[in-house]
Amino acid sequence: MQRSDYLIRKLFFAVATLLAVIVFNFFLFRILPGDPVKLIVHSPRMTTESQERIRVNFGLDKPVWFNEEGYQEAGLKGAFDTQFTAYIRNLLKGDLGISFSTRKDVTELLKERVWRTVVLVVLGEFLAIFLGIALGMIAAWRRGTSLDTGILLYGLFTWAMPTFFFGIILLMISGGRFPIGGMVTPGLKPEDGLAYWKDVGWHLILPTLTLTILYLSEYMLIMRSSVVEVLSEDFILTAKAKGMNAFQIFRDHALKNAMLPMVTIIALTLGYTVGGAIQVETVFSWPGIGRLMFDAVQKRDYPVLQGTFLLLAVSVIIANLVADLLYATLDPRVKPD
Amino acid sequence: MESQNRIWTTFRKKPMALVGMGMLAVALIMALFAPLLAPYDPNERVDVVPSDILAPPGEGHLLGRDDAGKDVLSSLIYGARVSLIVGFVSSFFSMFIGTTVGLTAGYYGGRVSNALMRFTDFLMVIPDLPLMLVIISVWGRGLWKIILVISILYWTYTARLVRSQVLSIKERQFVLRARALGASNYRIIVRHILPQVMPLIIAQAVLDISSSIIAESTLSFLGLGDPTLISWGMMLNFAFERAISRKAWWFLLPPGIAIVWVSLAIILIGNALEEIVNPRLKTHHLFNPRNMISLMLAKPLLVESESPPEVTP
Repeated sequence: MQRSDYLIRKLFFAVATLLAVIVFNFFLFRILPGDPVKLIVHSPRMTTESQERIRVNFGLDKPVWFNEEGYQEAGLKGAFDTQFTAYIRNLLKGDLGISFSTRKDVTELLKERVWRTVVLVVLGEFLAIFLGIALGMIAAWRRGTSLDTGILLYGLFTWAMPTFFFGIILLMISGGRFPIGGMVTPGLKPEDGLAYWKDVGWHLILPTLTLTILYLSEYMLIMRSSVVEVLSEDFILTAKAKGMNAFQIFRDHALKNAMLPMVTIIALTLGYTVGGAIQVETVFSWPGIGRLMFDAVQKRDYPVLQGTFLLLAVSVIIANLVADLLYATLDPRVKPD
Repeated sequence: MESQNRIWTTFRKKPMALVGMGMLAVALIMALFAPLLAPYDPNERVDVVPSDILAPPGEGHLLGRDDAGKDVLSSLIYGARVSLIVGFVSSFFSMFIGTTVGLTAGYYGGRVSNALMRFTDFLMVIPDLPLMLVIISVWGRGLWKIILVISILYWTYTARLVRSQVLSIKERQFVLRARALGASNYRIIVRHILPQVMPLIIAQAVLDISSSIIAESTLSFLGLGDPTLISWGMMLNFAFERAISRKAWWFLLPPGIAIVWVSLAIILIGNALEEIVNPRLKTHHLFNPRNMISLMLAKPLLVESESPPEVTP
């Protein structure tokens, strides 16, 4: 396959997926029962005129999908004067609406919190990938020994363990040695410099550990099985016959060939990791996107829910695209132009 | 059938599979005989005095009391019902959807296959938990809603697995022969292809039970469980909000351990099944060159699928 064909196909799929998510996100929140204005305005004392004004402000007086009146008056241009086009317009401007519960701008809320989640997920994933590769290689190397069995059992165990429960266990056994929640000890400010960042790091330990310990097993098992598979190929026997020692064979053949499935699996598990971040942030009150989503679920804060979902889905789609592009440079079957 | 007998005989020889069966049996008994086993009825109203709230384990209450003064052990026993129902029913539904999609895409190929597989890819890319949270928040809480949401999201692996198997099976001699004899497409799929793929589908469905159970408990923990039923996830939701500051381990740990217990049981069974029906290469040359021969002689039961059938829980 030509590399450019492959890239165009992947790019096209990513764009199509993005559009589908945006359309889905719009319609899901339109099928809510009841009047959306009633959801925003909790006070029954509000006059009908004020309610009408909100309706116009939010574009809710227009049809959802197709404006028939507008079509008759102004042709195609009028036909698309709808809630959907207003939603798309706002989205392009980066306007995700206003939180029902805090009245804050959803985009601002997301901007304020996104880095906290990025730090948590990237750190957790990085450690998980690193340790997973190492443990997977050891298990493949010592295949059939009790060490290998132990590593496999650990993998099965992490599959059975819900992320939130593991977080709770860590919280309980740490017994107050680590901060139990939040991002920083109240009172400390970024202006405090080093002391502030040290405190943040201290708060990061338990949430990161939860993600790392549970999510490394996926990488570990993939690494193990692909190394085992590579080691059973004929070219390994040839390499051995040539007189290469075990370490050289491992480095030059086994590891290189095992990298491809690793990239695939990192992309595949990203969506799963995002789900893990929601749970970990909930358990440790880490004030990121996941915690924001949890709070929005509790308060039925639909604009925030919609915004967080869009952000998480879009990030995972883009990360998948990046993984696909990386795959193209790693896989020799995808030929360069 | 002979092949089923073979699978069963091999299965019985795997210690991990037997341990899994035993663990699952305990949970099944708890769920089936909950009213007989539970010392109290968890739906019964109880009059409590302040000291009953989160009372530690003691006489009459083996696992102590919860934040409402109710017996933790009784809720734990009843909670097995929700987990097992959600696990088995969702996995059955997703097996059905996944098999149908996979068979159609693999057998007919062309545009149908393309459209179906792109849709499968689409669902695989969207992060599961956020999507489930959003749908249940909008749609409302309920046991059947949770089951349906899990089923319509978790069929994708089965579909891919089935499709890749069908692609190779449909070119085999016996299928070509059946077609030459004038068998209909439906007959070829149901009588000739499906039986070949079935063992793999079952292994995948068993593993899906555990993913579904974990998904349900996560949703319940995040406050989206069926409010009319006691589930382990919901117990953890209450316990996390109210018992963690009082270090009431008897309310926090049992429901979580129960979730791990059941899903581990199912993973042990599913893993053993998968190993039997999908034998991947069992050896490598570096340490054991003798196996070279057995490797060359061994014919895999089923052709390797294009994507590794590893399961992401």
